[in-house]
Amino acid sequence: MRISLGAVSRPLESLKFKTGDWATRIPNVDEDKCIGCGECSMYCPEGCIELVRIDIKKVARVDYDYCKGCGICNYVCPAEAISIVEKVIK
Amino acid sequence: MIKVVRGFYAVAYAVKLCKPDVICAYPITPQTEIVENLAEMYANGELERCSYITAESEFEAASILVGASATGARTFTATCSQGLILMAEVLLNAAGMRLPILIVNTNRALSAPLSIWNDLQDSLLLRDAGIIQMYVENNQEVHELIPQAYKIAEKVMFPFMICMDGFKLTHAYEPIDLLDQEFVDSFLPEYDPPIKLTTKNPLTFGSYAPPHCYMEFRYRMHNDMLKAKKVMEDVFKEWAEIRRDWGGLVEYKEGKTVLISMGSLVEIVKDVAEELNLGYLKIRAFRPFPYDEIRRILGDCENVIIFDRAISVGYEGVITIDVKNALYGCSPDVYSFIVGLGGRDVPKDLIVRCVEKVLDRKVKPGYYFEGLKEFEEVIY
Repeated sequence: MRISLGAVSRPLESLKFKTGDWATRIPNVDEDKCIGCGECSMYCPEGCIELVRIDIKKVARVDYDYCKGCGICNYVCPAEAISIVEKVIK
Repeated sequence: MIKVVRGFYAVAYAVKLCKPDVICAYPITPQTEIVENLAEMYANGELERCSYITAESEFEAASILVGASATGARTFTATCSQGLILMAEVLLNAAGMRLPILIVNTNRALSAPLSIWNDLQDSLLLRDAGIIQMYVENNQEVHELIPQAYKIAEKVMFPFMICMDGFKLTHAYEPIDLLDQEFVDSFLPEYDPPIKLTTKNPLTFGSYAPPHCYMEFRYRMHNDMLKAKKVMEDVFKEWAEIRRDWGGLVEYKEGKTVLISMGSLVEIVKDVAEELNLGYLKIRAFRPFPYDEIRRILGDCENVIIFDRAISVGYEGVITIDVKNALYGCSPDVYSFIVGLGGRDVPKDLIVRCVEKVLDRKVKPGYYFEGLKEFEEVIY
């Protein structure tokens, strides 16, 4: 481990910290129900939901490395495509 | 060049000779005139390539200096009492970020009740902060300590706080043998930190440290502070060779009974020790604490008498706590007298009376408030 003088770090070093390990529950997107509206992506306080293209439609995809499991996406989803499930630690 | 000046000027003039890049402060009695003097020098164009920034609080002043110091600027501020504790949050960060900011603290009591007068409560509250703390006896010492402080701080990368007694030193006129520019220039190298913030090299100082690494940062900081003792001794020795010997981390005269104090009170304590043929110990550096020196000097003596001007409410005098801890397992009886809180006068005969009480075995080892008046406790 490197312990710098004055706890100085360079930009982007924090990417090493996968802060999603806080989460005890996580959203699960049902891609069949998802209408690709992007509402969840707009509301996500961690900015870790993005829309990805699958065949002809867009669906929401969660970056679990940073998702804290707050559940806002589940609350705002107009298509009720996002459920909150217990996180299974492998 | 010997000039009769006030303590304020002795500080400001020495700071000017060290060519600081950024000065930032907020006025507070009894510190204000230090930065007023510097502001005047700045207005007169005597402080070349220096920015003098006025702040709207001590918290802001310290914050500006954290930013400035991180870019590799030599920085200065002065404060005391409520101002110092308002700065505290920022100063602890500066310590963790290892920024060598120089702070002159003109010791003043803490509220409540409100007091602008002198004791050591304010700086001693910050003893655990990771800031080097030195206490001076007179204005000549503070004047000469400032270039040394910059040299030490910039080598060991810790904030450095010079504590001088408010009013007793700051407002006192004394003939001061002022340093000259050439001398300071040859003694104090330019500040060139190993790491600094520039627009081309963005950095985070004091970044987030989760439990898996926080402890290592603090351990390194503690070790570096202990190692700073050697650097301090070396700089003091260098100064002693080229200018004047002020002692090391402590200054002392051995004896069976040793009187201990810090700050301007040391002058009276030395006088009393001289007259009664006793030893004395002046603690110059309180952090890092001169543990080895204290054990060596006091380990075999009979009585240790401490004059404390700060109390840890609910325990005892602050210096006493640390000295007793250093003496654990040694034999001397430790007597502590808490005197001079909130600027209460400490005349020489009070010190003599305390010492006589100990020598005549009228008191047992422990702590006592001296100089208290009789009073009646009422609601209002």
